[in-house]
Amino acid sequence: MPVIEVTKLHKRYGDLVAVDDVSFAVEAGEIFGVLGPNGAGKTTTVECVAGLRVPDGGGVSVLGLDPRRDAAQLRQRVGVQLQESQLPDRLRVAEALELYASFYRNPADPATLIDKLGLGDKRNTAYKLLSGGQKQRLSIALALVGNPEIAILDELTTGLDPQARRDTWGLIEQVRDSGVTIVLVTHFMEEAERLCDRVAVIDRGRVVALDSPAGMVSTVAPQQRIRFRPSAPVDDRLLTDLPEVSAVQRTGSQVVVTGTGELLHAVTSVLARHQIVAADLRLEQSTLDDAFVELTGHRPAN
Amino acid sequence: MHAFRNILRIEARLYLRDLPTLLTTVGLPTLILVVLGLVPALRKPDPTFDGQTFVSYFAPSLLVVTLAMVGVNMLPSVLATYRERGVLRRLATTPAHPAALLAAQLVLALAGILASALLLILVARLAFGVPFPRHPLGFTLAFILGTAALLALGLLVAAVARTAKAAQALAVPLFLVVMFFGGVYLPRFLLPDFVARIGDYTPPGVQALLDAWTGTPPQPLHLGIMAVIAVAAGAGAAKLFRWE
Ligand SMILES: Nc1ncnc2c1ncn2[C@@H]1O[C@H](COP(=O)(O)OP(=O)(O)OP(=O)(O)O)[C@@H](O)[C@H]1O
Ligand SMILES: [Mg+2]
Repeated sequence: MPVIEVTKLHKRYGDLVAVDDVSFAVEAGEIFGVLGPNGAGKTTTVECVAGLRVPDGGGVSVLGLDPRRDAAQLRQRVGVQLQESQLPDRLRVAEALELYASFYRNPADPATLIDKLGLGDKRNTAYKLLSGGQKQRLSIALALVGNPEIAILDELTTGLDPQARRDTWGLIEQVRDSGVTIVLVTHFMEEAERLCDRVAVIDRGRVVALDSPAGMVSTVAPQQRIRFRPSAPVDDRLLTDLPEVSAVQRTGSQVVVTGTGELLHAVTSVLARHQIVAADLRLEQSTLDDAFVELTGHRPAN
Repeated sequence: MHAFRNILRIEARLYLRDLPTLLTTVGLPTLILVVLGLVPALRKPDPTFDGQTFVSYFAPSLLVVTLAMVGVNMLPSVLATYRERGVLRRLATTPAHPAALLAAQLVLALAGILASALLLILVARLAFGVPFPRHPLGFTLAFILGTAALLALGLLVAAVARTAKAAQALAVPLFLVVMFFGGVYLPRFLLPDFVARIGDYTPPGVQALLDAWTGTPPQPLHLGIMAVIAVAAGAGAAKLFRWE
């Protein structure tokens, strides 16, 4: 039973079609990624799910409820981190969290959350004086302070340094392990690969792929590459005869084999049969980056 | 209600944190009063002012200062800034409605206006012998309606302006108009008569305040116009206001 169901969502701003036709379902307890180039309609989609924008067509159901009609109920149960949203300059970290906690029936403990997000020594700092990454962490904390069943996080780690990003991933995994369903909009393929159980790639208002990160890579960009230095001369044909191999190249003493499927197993077995040792062997697999480029024709922002 | 109380408490704290602005807002009219009151000639009864002192005659115009600063300047700029920076929108994702934040801002604006007026009336009475408003009911009514008209105009500015910059661009001329017709820049007896008459109907309606302060009941037309402005601007603001 999915906790979020989006069917044939359509949303336009005047003449501009921001979301053309988007459908997906998010299962309870998963981390669901929404990827796509700038302006693809990601924010518009998740804000329709959050009940902040009214769709022009299609349906959205969250926890079996309607985000507009049952807004009051859903606001207790869904935490949202908006892509662009600030706080008053003079508001302090602890004040913001305590205030937001007071809106919910079963809030998380603000002090614990502050520590978890590494804002412990900033609890009495005014919002204006926080660094970009600290503001971002506060924003994540505000989305989680109501102990939501679903957290919608738009651009979770944009603006964070690599260490803070990894810490935040750890936090999100903890949140997921506590049973929260997470919808994550991101531009970072590494983040999606590490965190997401499934991802939807949206391009120009449509879902162009929906799969697990690994599944998406293997269907969209299945090419693998093996490099090694053979201990004895290898006849190219030995390798090209393998069904998994699509090409063999040589650079100096190095052999580069490109192919799909169980490429590594096939190549190493045939070499072993001929008593050839593969030194400096490296396997290069496609990543979600490659799949993203294949799907959208855009380089992911990094 | 619970959310509103907590928001009000926090927003009040934010104002207290900006002490210089707070002191100016509440204390400026009284400061001007004291400076003028130190000039002996302005404390002498004068036939130009029906035998009152200049200080008594000018006190209602000083009330306009805080009303204008808070109503048409601070209120719209705070609300437009909150909207521009997504504060209202973020609140809309929680069980608290952004209207609670708007209501808190209105309450604080009223508190500032009230504190400033009480301080002015008290200091005028104690230091310069300006009597308390002689027609208390009329004065209260004129003050409430004038304040309501200005706050409603402030809300209208906040509703129409999409950004904080745009709010400033609208608020500044409105502020100057209110101050000018309120007789703050030039005491009204120096203004041409028709300009002074326009001032009678410009929020907050300084003539009605002066009448009630010195003893005659305010004219119903003066009060009525303020009520009409308050309702019209308030309705316009309610219709046009956007949380994002
Ligand atoms: N409130 C709005 N009014 C008009 N157009 C809008 C509005 N919000 C978004 N758009 C337009 O709709 C399209 C989709 O925007 P959206 O914010 O959903 O994209 P996104 O995928 O989140 O992009 P990004 O990765 O840059 O955050 C864009 O062309 C954008 O300019
Ligand atoms: Mg976006």
